[in-house]
Amino acid sequence: MAIRRLFIANRGEIAVRVVRSAKALGIETVQAHSEADADMLAVRLADRAVCIGPAAAKHSYLNIEAVVGAAREAGCDAVHPGYGFLAENAAFAEAVEAAGMIFVGPSPDTIRTMGDKAAARAAAIAAGVPVVPGSDGRLADVAAAVAAAEAIGYPVMIKAAAGGGGRGIRVADTADDLRRLVPQAQAEAQAAFGDGGFYLERVVRDARHIEVQIVGDGSRAVHCFERECSLQRRRQKVWEEAPAACLDDATRAELCRSAVALAESVGYRGAGTLEYLYEPASGAFFFIEMNTRIQVEHPVTEMVTGVDLIAEMIRIAGGAPLSLRQEDIRLTGHAVEVRINAEDPTNNFMPFPGVVGTLVIPEGEGLRFDGMIYDGYAIPPFYDSLLGKLIVHGPDRGAAIDRLAAALRTLRVDGVKTTAPLHVALAADPAVRAGDFHTQFLEPWLAGRSLAAE
Amino acid sequence: MPEIRSPLPGTFYRAAAPGEPPFKKEGDAVAVGDVVGLVEVMKSFMEVKAEVAGTIARFLVENEAPVTAGAVLAELEG
Repeated sequence: MAIRRLFIANRGEIAVRVVRSAKALGIETVQAHSEADADMLAVRLADRAVCIGPAAAKHSYLNIEAVVGAAREAGCDAVHPGYGFLAENAAFAEAVEAAGMIFVGPSPDTIRTMGDKAAARAAAIAAGVPVVPGSDGRLADVAAAVAAAEAIGYPVMIKAAAGGGGRGIRVADTADDLRRLVPQAQAEAQAAFGDGGFYLERVVRDARHIEVQIVGDGSRAVHCFERECSLQRRRQKVWEEAPAACLDDATRAELCRSAVALAESVGYRGAGTLEYLYEPASGAFFFIEMNTRIQVEHPVTEMVTGVDLIAEMIRIAGGAPLSLRQEDIRLTGHAVEVRINAEDPTNNFMPFPGVVGTLVIPEGEGLRFDGMIYDGYAIPPFYDSLLGKLIVHGPDRGAAIDRLAAALRTLRVDGVKTTAPLHVALAADPAVRAGDFHTQFLEPWLAGRSLAAE
Repeated sequence: MPEIRSPLPGTFYRAAAPGEPPFKKEGDAVAVGDVVGLVEVMKSFMEVKAEVAGTIARFLVENEAPVTAGAVLAELEG
């Protein structure tokens, strides 16, 4: 049953993105909005808009009853959750289905399984996908740790079983290190958590964050190659690209094949992303988790494959089989996306809500801007700071970065501070241009310079 | 009457977390630099500090209410 009227249960740039693809498919769009979002761009573009509650997200975009009720009231036959908010909430997907509508995404069971780290890891192992090797549970003593580390491979991290947030982690390069550090780690965990239990996990050195885009129809799945998102600040991605320049063709093929195997093993329906850590020195990759939704950085994949991921999600949700064959999905050139956030990079990325003044969006060959702003738009302070994403495509990585640098010179968002100066500096940085970075690169890089002059 | 204003637009919180006691109650003394609340702006929490000393006469904004930049959050008695 093809979808005729779609409810968009999100806001910001992703709501704009979904409205545009749905309209292009001839689907009527009903846009949800909070009281603070009545002026947002997606409301202006959609066929209809419905207020679902007050500014605070927990009373509007996170309120399952309000969202489902509004969608049903508007006569919608499907709900697109976007990303964030309720996108990976199995109870929400269930409520949408219980109200007789289609949830544009995987089944509630798949969301539940893949959203649980331990269950997702077990599913990966069952599908033959490598995961970060570890002791799989608590270890009794030093002797057990040495035996486990032999199987895992050095270096290993000693982690407190009761810990979290990186506390009490020690790294052992050899068995001698382990014999010395385990008693220290046990004593510290006992003091900090009242529990001296510990386990081991292999260290992934100079880890790069690489993720594979997959699309499935419940029985068959394909991959749309990978993205690299290693440039992160406080675990937030700031710069993403496709493909990952650090992979050779054989590793890329193996990585993408593993993602398809895992997606098919869980009968995945819709668009999803499998996240991996890649270790350049060994060429090894390890599955870490799955996101059962569309991602912020999906446009880089669209730029290098030509696939409209949102349209494909909507078609599959409407009951159509996957329209793509793996052999038809080709990688062309290189794409980079940078996040334009309303934050002041010269002042510790302080949020900077305000009214958008003159707006100049770069346009031209190989350029795309997925945004939520317009001249005169008052950016509400209640939600995240993402204003838009500048995406560039070029025949190769160097050309794409050159195009990015030129586009950033044109981009103008008056009235607010944005993260554009950060991207200007990154696009000019020799290490970034050489692709020589990893997930721990950006924060020390930021600490070592001032962006004030940019 | 001295006032404490919100430095940024966002959502005003009178306590560090739900269920915790408020930073300050009406009638409490405040010194310069005391935290009187938090403003959540774009998912970041900023402390609101008193810039003058005094006693809190009354709060003008409820917990979890939206505020604009410069909105008066509380009035102080010298």
